[in-house]
Amino acid sequence: MTAIQIHEVSKAYRRFSRRRKFATLKSALLSRTLLRDLRVNEGFEALKGVSFDVETGRSVGIIGRNGSGKSTLLKLIAGIGKPTMGKVRVNGRISALIELGAGFHPEISGRENIFINGMMLGLSRREIASQLDAIVAFAELEDFIDAPVKTYSSGMYMRLGFSVAIHVDPDILLVDEVLAVGDEAFTHKCLDKFSEFRRRGKTIVLVTHSLDLIERLCDEAIWLDQGLVKAQGNPRRVVDAYRLDVARVEDQQLIATKKSPPTVTDDTPEDDVEHETEDEAGPGRWGSREVEILDVQLLGRDGQIQKVFETGDQMEIRLRVRPSYPMTDFAFGIGIFNAEGVSCYGTNTQIEGVKLGELHSEADVSFIINSLDLVAGTYMVDVAVHRQNGAPYDYHHHLYTCRVTSQVNDVGIFRPRHRWSFTGGVKMTLGNETSQNKPEEQKTLESSDTE
Amino acid sequence: MFANLRLLIRYRPLIQSLAARELKARYRGSLLGFFWSFVNPLLLLLIYSFVFTVVLPGTRPEGYEPYALFMLCGLLPWTWFSSSLLESSNALITGGNLIKKVLFPAEILPITTVLANLAHFCLGLPILAVFLIYYGTTVSFFELLWFPIIVVVQLLLTLGLAFIVSALTVYFRDVRDLLMNLLTLWFFLTPIIYPASMAPPWAQTILNLNPFTHLAISYQEVLFRPGPFHEVWRLAIVGGISVLVFLIGYFIFDRLRDTLADEI
Repeated sequence: MTAIQIHEVSKAYRRFSRRRKFATLKSALLSRTLLRDLRVNEGFEALKGVSFDVETGRSVGIIGRNGSGKSTLLKLIAGIGKPTMGKVRVNGRISALIELGAGFHPEISGRENIFINGMMLGLSRREIASQLDAIVAFAELEDFIDAPVKTYSSGMYMRLGFSVAIHVDPDILLVDEVLAVGDEAFTHKCLDKFSEFRRRGKTIVLVTHSLDLIERLCDEAIWLDQGLVKAQGNPRRVVDAYRLDVARVEDQQLIATKKSPPTVTDDTPEDDVEHETEDEAGPGRWGSREVEILDVQLLGRDGQIQKVFETGDQMEIRLRVRPSYPMTDFAFGIGIFNAEGVSCYGTNTQIEGVKLGELHSEADVSFIINSLDLVAGTYMVDVAVHRQNGAPYDYHHHLYTCRVTSQVNDVGIFRPRHRWSFTGGVKMTLGNETSQNKPEEQKTLESSDTE
Repeated sequence: MFANLRLLIRYRPLIQSLAARELKARYRGSLLGFFWSFVNPLLLLLIYSFVFTVVLPGTRPEGYEPYALFMLCGLLPWTWFSSSLLESSNALITGGNLIKKVLFPAEILPITTVLANLAHFCLGLPILAVFLIYYGTTVSFFELLWFPIIVVVQLLLTLGLAFIVSALTVYFRDVRDLLMNLLTLWFFLTPIIYPASMAPPWAQTILNLNPFTHLAISYQEVLFRPGPFHEVWRLAIVGGISVLVFLIGYFIFDRLRDTLADEI
């Protein structure tokens, strides 16, 4: 049986164009467009003809970038809002976990809110009364259930909302990015509940950015891109295709938004000194500019500009420098910081005892990292030319960013080359029964070992 | 449209709980609590009494004593009417989260507002009873039977207007400000703090076009004027108009329903 049928569904939101922006009753009456303006005619299309079916008992994950129409689609399935074109047909009682605790009233107790929320979701008073204890227990709020909801922490609030919604006992459960509620233990409980739903043959539609969850929970994934279905099918395949696409777009964006160094000024050095004290707190560049860093590039192994690196890739930081006069007192430095600004590594030619004689004209300086052994994340790069006593000629602070991606969700900053080894009573399995042991992980481990 | 109206019956328990919640939540944290339901109309009455006895002495028309009781007969229903409309104009916007995130008939929100204010009105009735007893006014039991009928007529009228106001405010936020002033005007165009008979003939015409005039007169007839209820026809006509307003209001709301979630 088909639980959800989506046929050629489009949804247009009215775009607030200039004409509409300041529309008031008066202007609508004056221009006699009151009725016309109340119709949806033109606008932004969140969905552009989406079609798919969901069989009863299947779990479907919907992925896609922000603004790709995921939540809109979910709302249409839930019946909140109507499609502009096309048909949505649903068989069975729906519970939508779109926003948890929507409709809680802060001034009244949790218990009263359970009743009202439950009734909104379609339960009768008696049904709620019989489930009340289970709802409270699941939310772990036994001690607070008679306190007004405004005294709840946000976690408690979400837990209560989740608990009510899940106890509606729907045939179809719609979930929109709500698993990030509560602590680890509660998340596990939610996931257990989902598994229970699956076992009982209920249909689940899950919208999330947590791709692991899709792979773990869903029978099928749908990738929405700009209001269209871009891929559909085996979650593993769809998620991988999506991941690749995200990396590609990130790469392009980082290259496009690369901060160009401030324009070169032809002022005398004295003027520069005054100038610098001003913008020291502002943009991340200072120094006397007796040597100027003209350009900084991050390059991959193939010598191409690159902003996204796989962990273990080669990275080259290339600076183009120009001295304003030939000099002997100079050193080059680099630093790598993670997104929190923690220094991951920093060095310069002087510390490392690189023997440099004279800088007399424009030059390229390359700092090559053979293997970028960092965990996944965004990193910022500092580059500098300075005197040997540390006084900067030109210091670029956090001006360059790159992303490191990884197939493994390891944590920390540094990813040392490593391997696992077992002796004695440990037996290895080859299947992927334990979801942590993904084949790629083993592959990357091997590849980084062989390098 | 009528299918949707029938659907509302299924949501009756929810409407009840929401209205109860509204009442409970309103005075949570205030010292006097729900006593404000009594105090508010009393204070209002005090102000008008002050105006008519101290500021403008001698303007009280003859034959309408006790004047405080006369005014109270109209003030209480008016308070219900005007605060219902004012609050409904906000109802969908403050409840926007619900409409956008939960599948739930939106008209429940203005209905709840009107009903919560009806409850307030009912809580204010004991004051009226106290006044009646204090002044020794005799109200016959049979005349009092008309009272709930007038309330029902007013309920229909208020609901109809609340539907229109709440839905339109979503599209044009200026309705709220417009409404505030309109209600002040409306108040003075209704014979509440003055008797209808005092108005000059040209104003009578305007008063007669105002449905609330007839409601106010009906209330006054039942509670203030001695003798049996004379205004059956008046009430029947305003009743018919109220039913019409209710249907038109619901029709407009129903038409706008599908785009509400996108507009809030």
